Amino acid sequence: MSDVVERTLTALPSLLSSDPSPGRPSSTSKLGTLIRGITELTSKHDEEKLIQRELVSIKEQVSSPNTTMRQMKELMVRAVYCEMLGYEASFSYIHAIKLAQQGTALDKRVGYLAVSLFLNESHELLLLLVNTVLKDLQSTNLIEVCMALTVVGQVFPKDMIPAILPMVEEKLNHPKEIIRRKAVLALYKFYLIAPNQVQHIHSKFRKALCDKDPGVMSASLHIYLEMVTEKPESYKDLVVSFVTILKQVVGGKLPIDFNYHSVPAPWLQIQLLRILSLLGKNDRSTSEMMYEVLDESLRRAEMNHNITYGLKALTYVVQQDANLALQHQMTIIECLDHADLIIKRETLELLFRITNGQNVKVIVEKLLEFLRHSKDDYVTIDLGGKVTELAEKYAPDNSWFIRTMNTVFLLVGDQMQPDIPNSFLRLLSEGFESAEEDQQLRLLAVDSYVSLLQEQPARLPQRFLQVISWVLGEYSSVKEGLEPATVLRLLAPLLDLRHCSSETKSWVLAAMTKLSAGPACLSVAQELAERHGGSLDTTLRQRLHELQHLASDGELLRRVLPCSDGLEPLEVDSTLSFLDGFVSEALAAGAAPYKPPHQRQEELAQEKALSVEPYGLSLPLSLSSSSIAGRLSPTVLSMSSGLSGNSTELSPKGGSALRLEGVTRVWGKEGYLAKAALKPEEAAKTEVPCPLSVLQEGGSAPRTPVVSLPAPAPGPSLQAEREKQQLASCLFMGLGSQGAAGPCLMGKAEPTRHGFRKKVKGQGSSSGARGPSGDSASSSPSPLSAQSAMDNLLCSSPLDSGSTPSPADSAPSPADSAPSPADSATSPADPAPHLPHDLPANNRPCDAQEDLTEDTDTSETVVEGNSVAVVDPYDPEPLCLSPHLPEELCGLPRSEIRPLCRDASLVLSACCVRTDHSSLLVVFVSNASDSAARRFALQMTSGDLEVSRVRGGPEEEEEHVEGHSVAVYQYSLVPTRPSVHMELAGRASYQRPDGEPQSTPFSYGLSLPDFIRPLSVSTEEYGRLWLASSNDIKQNLALLSQEPDPLRATLHRLRDRLQLNVVDIIASEGIVACQLLQGPPCLMHCRLNAGCLAVWLRSSLPELPDCLLYHCQRALAQH
Amino acid sequence: MRFMLLFSRQGKLRLQKWYVPLGDQEKRRLGRELVQTILGRKAKMCSFLEWRDLKVVYKRYASLYFCCAIEEQDNELITLEVIHRYVELLDKYFGSVCELDIIFNFEKAYFILDEFLLGGEAQETSKKSVLKAIEQADQLQEVRAVYLPRPLIPLISQAF
Repeated sequence: MSDVVERTLTALPSLLSSDPSPGRPSSTSKLGTLIRGITELTSKHDEEKLIQRELVSIKEQVSSPNTTMRQMKELMVRAVYCEMLGYEASFSYIHAIKLAQQGTALDKRVGYLAVSLFLNESHELLLLLVNTVLKDLQSTNLIEVCMALTVVGQVFPKDMIPAILPMVEEKLNHPKEIIRRKAVLALYKFYLIAPNQVQHIHSKFRKALCDKDPGVMSASLHIYLEMVTEKPESYKDLVVSFVTILKQVVGGKLPIDFNYHSVPAPWLQIQLLRILSLLGKNDRSTSEMMYEVLDESLRRAEMNHNITYGLKALTYVVQQDANLALQHQMTIIECLDHADLIIKRETLELLFRITNGQNVKVIVEKLLEFLRHSKDDYVTIDLGGKVTELAEKYAPDNSWFIRTMNTVFLLVGDQMQPDIPNSFLRLLSEGFESAEEDQQLRLLAVDSYVSLLQEQPARLPQRFLQVISWVLGEYSSVKEGLEPATVLRLLAPLLDLRHCSSETKSWVLAAMTKLSAGPACLSVAQELAERHGGSLDTTLRQRLHELQHLASDGELLRRVLPCSDGLEPLEVDSTLSFLDGFVSEALAAGAAPYKPPHQRQEELAQEKALSVEPYGLSLPLSLSSSSIAGRLSPTVLSMSSGLSGNSTELSPKGGSALRLEGVTRVWGKEGYLAKAALKPEEAAKTEVPCPLSVLQEGGSAPRTPVVSLPAPAPGPSLQAEREKQQLASCLFMGLGSQGAAGPCLMGKAEPTRHGFRKKVKGQGSSSGARGPSGDSASSSPSPLSAQSAMDNLLCSSPLDSGSTPSPADSAPSPADSAPSPADSATSPADPAPHLPHDLPANNRPCDAQEDLTEDTDTSETVVEGNSVAVVDPYDPEPLCLSPHLPEELCGLPRSEIRPLCRDASLVLSACCVRTDHSSLLVVFVSNASDSAARRFALQMTSGDLEVSRVRGGPEEEEEHVEGHSVAVYQYSLVPTRPSVHMELAGRASYQRPDGEPQSTPFSYGLSLPDFIRPLSVSTEEYGRLWLASSNDIKQNLALLSQEPDPLRATLHRLRDRLQLNVVDIIASEGIVACQLLQGPPCLMHCRLNAGCLAVWLRSSLPELPDCLLYHCQRALAQH
Repeated sequence: MRFMLLFSRQGKLRLQKWYVPLGDQEKRRLGRELVQTILGRKAKMCSFLEWRDLKVVYKRYASLYFCCAIEEQDNELITLEVIHRYVELLDKYFGSVCELDIIFNFEKAYFILDEFLLGGEAQETSKKSVLKAIEQADQLQEVRAVYLPRPLIPLISQAF
């Protein structure tokens, strides 16, 4: 078809649109032609040719000035299709943006769609979309507003958020619920990519939560889930609202179209449950508020047992109670041999969870077996971490531990998480309780490594070689009769290995250097020097030289590398301050100041890219925080304190060999499950101190209830069954007995057992990546099978309909296995009104919303119990308390005295006083009643603050507050980490005159400026500090532009409000410095730029600039 | 949710939606390998995979696979229901949907998806509201989806 004809055809829109004939009108369109063309081809090569031709034609047309928007729309759809097939059509990106900008509503829709499919949020072309979005947000056409919000919720450049934020915010009040809903989701997106940009609209989220439309309300839950995850303590007051909403959802009060296969809004339920679980965690009183509705939700949700997926559920459940696994042991054994690798992996995950000191050998063997056959790197790394963790936690003896670790090092090889060798070496060097054990462990390690090196060192992975070298270097002296020279001769050939990296060679040489004492060593050293002296690797040559030198000078060797008996912790100066002198010299000599890599990159990008706001880029937070994490040494990161445990597992050392006799007897022909679960528990009851021995001697010990095993007929199938049961008994050994000690076992180590479990890993190993790579299926481009493509998606199942459910058949179909099918037919018809009307009345946050926008939001105290009244923030101060302020604190800057809480007789109030070197919380306890409050005590805790009592020692811990008097308490507060707002929770307890104990909780909110102090430095010192800090943040702030000297006025406002020190103002720039109380400085560089104040903050503490910036914004926003 | 892919039994991508910013190369590689992995699995195997560092949920409807990669903390079962709800929405909109509908009108499938999920999170789970939104937008368009001849089998009543 010639180009002209083609254009003529597309120029007649009516041709396509008005064609009502059934046939296949779409396949006569150009897209249809393309699609059919592709399906008729047989080779990948032909397809490629066709698409390239297509792309050339599209390219030609999009750039032609005669192309109408309507044609453009059609072209974009085709370009999207080509991209989907994996061919690049980047020339069309700009036209997609143009289409969104210039098209009429219907073309615009495709334009926006193409933009959201083509570009990701960091693509620079997106900047060109900002104006279009702005225009459409203001459109009177609802559909256009919807389109704009939809695209904003998917892709939007982070730096441009401020430009549209007010407009999106405004949409929260739009009369149409779809607009409100999309606005909420757009804000959710903003929250994810730039949380501090939306900090000021938290109160509006509360309003969205109370929205009368369930869709808007559930959209707001996405934001709340994020915020609650981050800071659960700030949202405790919303528990009531969430509970109320859940109650209404579960009670079926939502409109019927929110039901999903007769379950009321399952997505909403799950979201609410997740939020509640975060809020209720470790908080009894909050949890109590939820019990009723949780019970109700559970009752309505039919439990569904899909065996395979149940495995996963079981994995979670056993974290709470390992005994539950006992009931399903045979299923688990079945799954262990399952053909589906995914299921096998999940089974191993479960086994990992139920591992204890008794079954560790069997389980680790299973894990290693899987590891041997695993081809997937993610699985290998993950399992390697798991085996290591188990070995460290539960190793029955030293030689097993070393053997297991050797296998891990061999199998996992060099992809291993780097903390595994680190922590292994740390374990060897730091040791644990008994020095004798430590020596034995080291000896075993040395022994096994010597023999490994004697065999085939060439096959060992690099990391393992490094471990081996280090251990031999440090501990080969432990083995008597092992001459250093012998070790040197074992190590020396490693340097010749071709695959041996230069890093490993350094390890090897370092080890050799440690050992090189005596003439025999000297000769080895010289031999090496001759051999490798000509190496191109300078590090290697340097090391060789050191080795040679130290080998000949024993005295020097002892001084340089003293034998480490007690391990002195090394002090690491992570700020590299010892280089300061060097740096300033270099700077003085004219060197360019150091810029962190991300800054360099950014500046580079700014030069190249379209720069809309030259100084307005705010750095991604993750970058600044990662730069500090990167400075920590890996050993610090991998270190974690061991968990203490209270398990009763008191297995004697070495008593963990597999003991199948006795235990197997549990398995009767009928009902082995229940009895097996029962028996060990009973056994544990009869002899608590050593349940293991009971288990092991189960068969002979008369007091142990034994379920006799009927002699099975020796058939092959029974034989297999019996093997499985034996395996089960090994795998689940020790679970029952542990159960007697308490339900919570997982991750806990028994205090009396072997000490490998110093370290407990974080989530790294349990949340690692995994999954086998499946065999590839044929993917040759075969002609589109008309039959299969015409199959209705909903009615034809891929499974043969006659198949019986097997463990593998795990895809639960919605009709019969929806996660919480509360059948609406069985739920009582409730006459209560629908959610929309019910919600606002039940939601406290609605009322509290106004208060929350005030600065005093945190003064609100939520108090449970009936004897205490919640303090009304508007209540006038009952007593004038300022005269009671201690004399030495008078005249110092302080916050208002705010009431904390009160009950029948006492009123507690508090204020925060700032001295130069501390922040003091002064608590006033006024007793308005006639009688004294006896044994008065205050307790305060905070996650963000270190609280310590200032006046008075321990003798004052219990005191009396006489009637009609005011007692004053002072507490010093030191922030442990900076945060925008900090919360202090406390409890006042005392005895009423009638002896009744009384206790009142309260909370007090502080903000960062309470802990900020001016930092007086000279301009030169400032320069030095600036270079020493990283963690940059840049932002534009509002300028007090109506003042005669806006820069000065703005900086002075910041000085007055936030106690910053204005160090210097030079022309249009100003430098400001402050310091976190007992913490590092934070520096701010300000510059006038296009009517804004462009600020650049730096500090050595990653969170500090971010938090301070927030308060700067607020200080400038208030008048 | 990280991304959603629709692909045929032959491994041809029919729809892709990425909720995490990735480069084109990366997307192509990830998509290709995941599709191969899933196609290599037998019919009776588990619908959930832990693949690389991703949690993947997939389900096959006739000749078309629907596949979602989700976050570590997300629930697999509810994701399976997200997939099914999407299929229901397509079904309602196209009137017993089949793969060809999605091939020839894939932009419509995207529009429906964007009304149902936004930025990787469920936006609106009420079928009525989603379809209402689509219809309103469609009214601007002269043509609604272009229909294809139906197979004779009755439809959603046989959902499994």
